Parts: sequence; structure tokens; C-alpha cells
Amino acid sequence: MFSNLMAWIEQRLPLMDAMNKHAAQYPAPKNFNFWYVFGILASVVLVNQLLTGVWLTMNYEPSGDGAFASVEYIMRDVDYGWLLRYMHSTGASAFFVVVYMHMFRGMMYGSYQKPRELLWLFGMLIFLVLMAEAFMGYLLPWGNMSYWGAQVIISIFGAIPVIGDDLTLWIRGDYVISGATLNRFFALHVIALPLVLVVLVFLHILALHEVGSNNPDGTNIKKPKGSVPPEEQSKFTFHEQYTKKYDIVDAIPFHPYYTVKDLVAVVIFLIVFCAVMFFAPEGGGYFIEAPNFEPANGLKTPEHIAPVWYFGPFYTILRIIPDKLLGAVGMFGAIIALFMLPWCDRGVVKSLRYRCTAHTVNLIQFAICFIILGILGTLPATPLNNMIGTIATFGYFGFFVAIWIYSKNEKTKPVPERVTG
Amino acid sequence: MSNEPVNNGRRRFLTAATSVVGGVGVVGVAVPFIGSWNPSARAKAAGAPVEVNVSKLEPGQLIRAEWRGKPVYVVRRTEEILSSLSKHDGQLKDPESEVPQQPVYATNAYRSIKPEFLVALGVCTHLGCAPTHHKGDFDQHVDGVKDGFFCPCHGSKFDMAGRVFQSVPAPTNLMVPEHSFPNDNTLLIGVAGGEA
Repeated sequence: MFSNLMAWIEQRLPLMDAMNKHAAQYPAPKNFNFWYVFGILASVVLVNQLLTGVWLTMNYEPSGDGAFASVEYIMRDVDYGWLLRYMHSTGASAFFVVVYMHMFRGMMYGSYQKPRELLWLFGMLIFLVLMAEAFMGYLLPWGNMSYWGAQVIISIFGAIPVIGDDLTLWIRGDYVISGATLNRFFALHVIALPLVLVVLVFLHILALHEVGSNNPDGTNIKKPKGSVPPEEQSKFTFHEQYTKKYDIVDAIPFHPYYTVKDLVAVVIFLIVFCAVMFFAPEGGGYFIEAPNFEPANGLKTPEHIAPVWYFGPFYTILRIIPDKLLGAVGMFGAIIALFMLPWCDRGVVKSLRYRCTAHTVNLIQFAICFIILGILGTLPATPLNNMIGTIATFGYFGFFVAIWIYSKNEKTKPVPERVTG
Repeated sequence: MSNEPVNNGRRRFLTAATSVVGGVGVVGVAVPFIGSWNPSARAKAAGAPVEVNVSKLEPGQLIRAEWRGKPVYVVRRTEEILSSLSKHDGQLKDPESEVPQQPVYATNAYRSIKPEFLVALGVCTHLGCAPTHHKGDFDQHVDGVKDGFFCPCHGSKFDMAGRVFQSVPAPTNLMVPEHSFPNDNTLLIGVAGGEA
């Protein structure tokens, strides 16, 4: 009876086939390490944000007069409102933690290189939409830091010559940030951008499964058809989409092998997540900043306007460049440089395990500069901080210049034919 | 289905023509979506320029106007005040008004269009309190400067061109809003000359 029903559905919509293709018979390299859990964790956080976000809209009031009070109402009077809100606000920071780790994994193992450029681009678009989501979401509580943070970021667009002032007016929908701005940000935050985000995540996964997962060795687990003797091929059954053109080696099905492994990561992640959410939901002032506990006030500038931590690196680059327009160019340039990474890197060896020492040094200095820029973004702009920030900015952009230079005729180590375990 | 040979030229023309017409349609449909982001009529009315009659202002007098919810100070400065402005440049953070806290046409020694009329937001650039106007007794705050603004919240000091003194919390000079004088008696706050 049940199998008849399943067959009836399968003939009309091949659901089981799709699940096999993308999970139970998807060949994943068997040597995934710790760094390979962050994609799944990002999906977990995405679901958390969507669910808690929908629930928060049930009591949130998107208006200049009501927004701040409605967030207080959610925190104090709505049953479990405080929990839903902290899940959402902690989730925002967690999203960036896992996404930054996910991106760094891609950089370490060359997962952006040919043939995965488009996969990387979809990922970068997701990152961009995520930043827009976080920025607009931070205005919604209508606290004073919401207000002034938005003020600073929107005024960046004012740096664009000729159209700048009209553009900022158009974005705000008023001469100052007002209820009109709040309402449009709300619409984008809860409807438009989540739709875009979900579509991009879907495309990201489709593009991944088309070209196949990279691995810490950067080897290819899909060998030309007929080149591998049957006893050396993977013993598992994989979907014919993968096996009809290739002999698969060193692979295991994503489900159940990696779903189980990822489940462990999810549990550990949730322990940390809950610890932060229950014991330090404001993240020591880094997740929810102190001035946001008073309502938006256009006449009262907070003493020190700092972005939420995850915008720190880009905010520092904006700030240390003394010219407003060049600062904005530098900030967006920092993101565009990441987009261009697959073409900055002219190397053919993927994993840093087999690349030249200069690459490892370059990657480490990039990570350090990124963290320094992030820390500086939350600190006041003193001359010393600006000097350190300038050096770190050179380090950040230097990464892309350096990789372009040394990757051309790079002295690499031999890459093994098969994964090393 | 007819068996006539395909006329590729005609097919290309029709495809291109359809695409162009469709493209025009897309642009047309985009107009309301983009246009609805402009400030609404209500926002425009609330942010409209404010007219102030300055003909009855006594020399040295300050009046407050309200524009976009913020107080605007209008002061008719005397010759004595104007000539004293350059004497304390050394004590100011930004005597040349290099930080763009004023429109280009007010980036001068007096930070104004007409030297005698100072038009500045009465909002301290530190934390937005309203600085108080000291007429003749400002030297209790800054030696040798008779007139100025003193912010009661955290002690920021500004001179009669809205320029901030050193060693106070306010980072920049007082904001000079866009303004213009349609005629000798009228000050229009919120719009530059030639735009209205």
C-alpha cells in the first residue's frame, strides 16, 4: 500500500531520486575534517533565523512610534518572547561566526578554484545578502545605536559623486532616518531578502553537487570512467548521475555518514550557542550594544558609534581612509576582492598542504589582519588604532596582490593521486 | 505546421522587436516601485524649508527656529563680534571649517552667507544637547572671548561662528544647515539659494 503510494508519487515527481542524488547516494570525499561542518551549521542557523524571525513579527510593530516599545513588550510580556528574540539576535552573530569559518575553509583548501568559481560566487552573494539582512535587522529594535548605525552606513552612499545626496534621500524616504526608513527595512528584512537568501542557498548547494565537494587534500575523487580498477573504486552505491561519467574513489555517501558526523557538530554548536544565549545574550555588548537599550533619538549621538562585531573589519577599512569616497570604495573593494579570489589565484594546486610556504604565510597574515581589523572596528578611532588599521588594511589587500604574484609560477609539493586520510 | 522555409531575418527582427517592447514595459513597471521609495508627501511637508523674518532682529540678538524637529539658532552678529572672530583661531579645533559641517557657500571665515547672520543648528555635536548663548559674559568660560555658546551638558564651547574650542568633548563645529536669503528680510532654512 505504502510502497504503491511512493511509486505513484515517484512517477510524477522523482522525490526519492532527488534525495538519493543529493544525500544518500551523493559521493562526499571520505577525508572531510573539522572545517567541513560549517556549511551544515550555517543551514541550521538559517532555519533558526527564519523560524524565530517569523515568530518575532507576530508581536513586533514596524513603526517609528511603536517599534522600540514592541521589542520591550516581546521581552517582558510575551510568553517566551525573550527567548525567541535572543535566539534571533544570538543567531545573527552565530551566522557570521560560521560563515567566516566556512569561507576561511574555502580559502585554505582552494575550494574556490576551477571548477568551483561559480559555487564561490553564489557563496559570496549569500554573504552579501546576509550583511544586508544583518544591517537592516539591526535597525528594527529602533534603539539609539540602531538609529545612528544606520545613519552612518546610509551616509556612506552620500559619498557617491553627483547622485549621492539624492540616493541617501531615496534610501531613507525622508530627510532623516524615520519611520519610513524603518518600515522599508522591515519589509526587506522579513520578506524580500530572506526569499533571495533561500534561493541563493539552493543554487549554492546545486552548484556544489554539480562540481562535487573539494576536500582537505584538494584531490579529485572523480576519475575518468574506466581508469580505476573496480577493487579500488569506492564500495558504496552512488547515484548514476555521478557514476555514469566517472569512477568514484575515496568517497562515502553523504547520508548517513556525514549527516551523523554533522549531527555531532550541530550538538556541540548548539551547546555553545545556548550557553551564549542564556548566559550572555548581549554578548558583552558586542551582540546587542548598550546604547540600543534606549530608544532612537536623532538629537543624541551615542558617544562612540561602533558597528556590531561582524562588520568590524569592513568598518575599519572605511574609517582609516581619510577621504569619504575613497573610504567607501575601500570598504566595498574589500568585499569585491573576495569575489575576485578565484581569478586572483592563478595556481592549480588547491590545498595549502601542497602549496608553497609563501601561501601559508600569506593566508595566516590575512587571517590575522582580518581579526585585527575586526577588533579595531569596535574601538574608538585613535591615532594609534588608525595606524594599526592602516597596516592591517594593507595586509588585507596585500593578500590578493601577493597570491596573484606567487601563484603564477608557484613551487608546489606533489599532490597525491588519492586522499591521504 | 506549414512546410514553408524559415525566414530567419524576419524571426530575428520579431524577437528583437518583442524584446525591446518588453524591455520598455519592464522599465515602465519599475517606475512605481522605485518611485514609491521617494519621501512621501507627508514627509516632504514635515521636512519643508522654514521661513524666518530676520528684519526685526536686533544686533546681537538670537532667535530660535524649528526645522525638521531640530532647533536652528539665527544670530544677528554685531561688527564687534565679527571682528573678534579671527582673534582666537589658535584656540579652535577647526578654525578653517575643514570638516564639512556647513554647505560649500558657507565655508568662509564667518561660516555664513551674509557675515552678520549666523545660521546654525542648536544641537551640540557631542551628544545633541542645546548649547546656551552667552552674550558678553562668555569670558567666564574662555578668557578674552566675550560671546559664544556653552553646552551645559558636558561643557563644550563654541564661538559666534559655531566653531568648537579645543579641549572640549564636541568633535566638530556646529552644523550650518542649507539656507538662503530670497530677499533682504527673509531667511529660508533648508534650501540653498537658487533651488527654491
